[in-house]
Amino acid sequence: MNGADTAFVLISAALVMLMTPGLAFFYGGMVRVKSALNMLMMSMSALAVVSVLWVLYGYSLTFGDDIGGGLLGNFDHIGLKGITADTLTGGKEGIPVFAFALFQLMFAVITPALMSGALADRVKFSSWTLFIALWVSVVYFPIAHWVWQSDGWLFKLGVIDFAGGTAVHINAGIGGLAAVLVVGKRIGFKKDPMRPHSLPLVVLGAGLLWFGWFGFNAGSALAANGTAAIMAFNTQIATAAAMIGWLAYERIRHGAFTTLGAASGAVAGLVAITPSGAAVNPFGALLIGVVAGAVCSWAVSLKYKLGYDDSLDVVGVHLVGGLIGTLLVGVLAINGVGGLSQLGKQAAGAFSVMAYSFVVTWILAKLVDKTIGFRASEDDETSGVDMAFHAESAYDFSALGGSPSGRSSVPADLAGAAKNKKVDA
Amino acid sequence: MKLITAVVKPHRLDEIKEALQAFGIQGLTVTEASGYGRQRGHTEVYRGAEYTVDLVPKIRIEVLVEDSDAEELIEVVVKAARTGKIGDGKVWSVPVDTAVRVRTGERGPDAL
Repeated sequence: MNGADTAFVLISAALVMLMTPGLAFFYGGMVRVKSALNMLMMSMSALAVVSVLWVLYGYSLTFGDDIGGGLLGNFDHIGLKGITADTLTGGKEGIPVFAFALFQLMFAVITPALMSGALADRVKFSSWTLFIALWVSVVYFPIAHWVWQSDGWLFKLGVIDFAGGTAVHINAGIGGLAAVLVVGKRIGFKKDPMRPHSLPLVVLGAGLLWFGWFGFNAGSALAANGTAAIMAFNTQIATAAAMIGWLAYERIRHGAFTTLGAASGAVAGLVAITPSGAAVNPFGALLIGVVAGAVCSWAVSLKYKLGYDDSLDVVGVHLVGGLIGTLLVGVLAINGVGGLSQLGKQAAGAFSVMAYSFVVTWILAKLVDKTIGFRASEDDETSGVDMAFHAESAYDFSALGGSPSGRSSVPADLAGAAKNKKVDA
Repeated sequence: MKLITAVVKPHRLDEIKEALQAFGIQGLTVTEASGYGRQRGHTEVYRGAEYTVDLVPKIRIEVLVEDSDAEELIEVVVKAARTGKIGDGKVWSVPVDTAVRVRTGERGPDAL
C-alpha cells in the first residue's frame, strides 16, 4: 500500500465532502428568505440518500466489472461485498479500495446536489429525495462508469475527463434543464423580483467550494504526485481568471462589478478547469478560466431569452462551464493529446452524456411528477417551501415570535429537565 | 397639540435626535420605514438581471409637541435632516385631539 497516496486521497475525500454544504450555502444565499432552508436541505439530503445507495449498489454499478459494452458495472460488489481494509487498487503500490470508494462517493453526492439549483423554490422535498435516488441510479452511476472505469466506453474512446466535466457538470447541468422543463417555471418568473436574500452566504459557499475543489480536482490524480500538483495549481489559476472574466463582462454589459458575479465567476472557472486541468499548462488554465468566466456570465441570461426557469443558473454555470472545459481540452492540451481528433472525442463524450442525461432525466422527472407529484402546491410555493416541508423558517427577526403550543411533548420534557437541574443546583 | 412626522434618510437620525434634544424635546418614536418620492428607487443587478427597487429604506420619526412649538420644531427637523441630495424626505404635522401619559393618566400638554 502507498501510504502517501492513501493519506492524500482520504484528505481529498474530506475536502470534496465539504463542497456539498458549501454548495448548499452558495445556493441557499441566492434564493429568497422563504426557501433558504429548503435549498440547504436539497443539498444535504443528497449526502444522506446517495451515501446509502452507494453502499447498496452504487459503487458496484459504477466501478464493478463491466457487464458488456462499457455501459454499466455489475452487481458483484453490492454492499461493498468482497472489499476489505486490505483490498487495494492497482496492485501492491495501490491505495485501499475503501479510500477510492469514499472519494468517488463524494462525487456521486455533489452531482445531484448541483442540479437542485435549477429547481429551487418550487418542488416537494419528498419528491426531490425520490428523484435523486432514481437519478443517481439510472443516470449518474452509468455515466460515471462510462467515463472513469477502465472498461467504460467513453474511457476507452479516449475522452479526457480528469475530474468530472462530463460526468458531474455537464450531466448535472443538462439534467437540471430537463427537470426544469418538466416541473415548470416558478410562480412570478420574469415578473416578481427574486433577488438573492444573502450574498454573504453566497460568498461563503463559493469560498468553501473553491477550497474543497482542490480535493475534487487534485484528488482525482488518486496519488500524491506531479499530476495532482499541476491540477491543484491550474485550479487556482483558472478560478482566478474566471472571476476576472465574469466581472469584466458584467462591468461592460451592466455597469457594475457585482459580488454575485465574483462568486459565480469563481465557480464557473472551477467547473471549466475540472475536466482539463491535468492536460493543460498554467497559461492554458488561464485561458480556459477567462473564457469560462465571460461566456458563463453571458450564458446565465439565456433563460430569460429562451424562457426556461433555471432558478440558480445550473445550465449557465455548470453545463456551459463544463462544455467549455471539456471542449477546450481538445484545443489546449499539451503532451501531444490536443488537436482535432481529441476535440472530436471530447465533443463525442460531451454530447453523448448530454443526450443520455437529458432524455433519461426527463423521463424520471415525468415519472415522479405523474406518480407522487414533483411540484409543490401553489399555496406552498407562494408562502414558502420552508414552512411547507420543513416546518421551520431560516431567520427570526421578529420580537413578536411564536410561543410553544404545548402540543408536542418536547417543550414539556425540556421544562422538566430544566426544573430538575435547578433542584440539583 | 400637534404630531410632527418626519420620513427621512436613516443616516440622519443622530443629527435629528441631537437637534430635538437641544430644542428640549423629551421623547420621540422612531420606526423603520420604506418608500419613495419623486426620484423613485434604484437599480440592482444580479447575474445580469436588473431589478428596480422602488421602495428605499427610510426612518419615520414622530414627536408630539404643543401647538406653539410646532412650526419651529418642523424647521429644526428639516434643517437636521437635510443633505441637499435627492431623497431627503418629508416632514409634516397634524392636529392631535388627546394625549395621555399611560403611567399617570395625565392628559394634554402635561402628558408630553
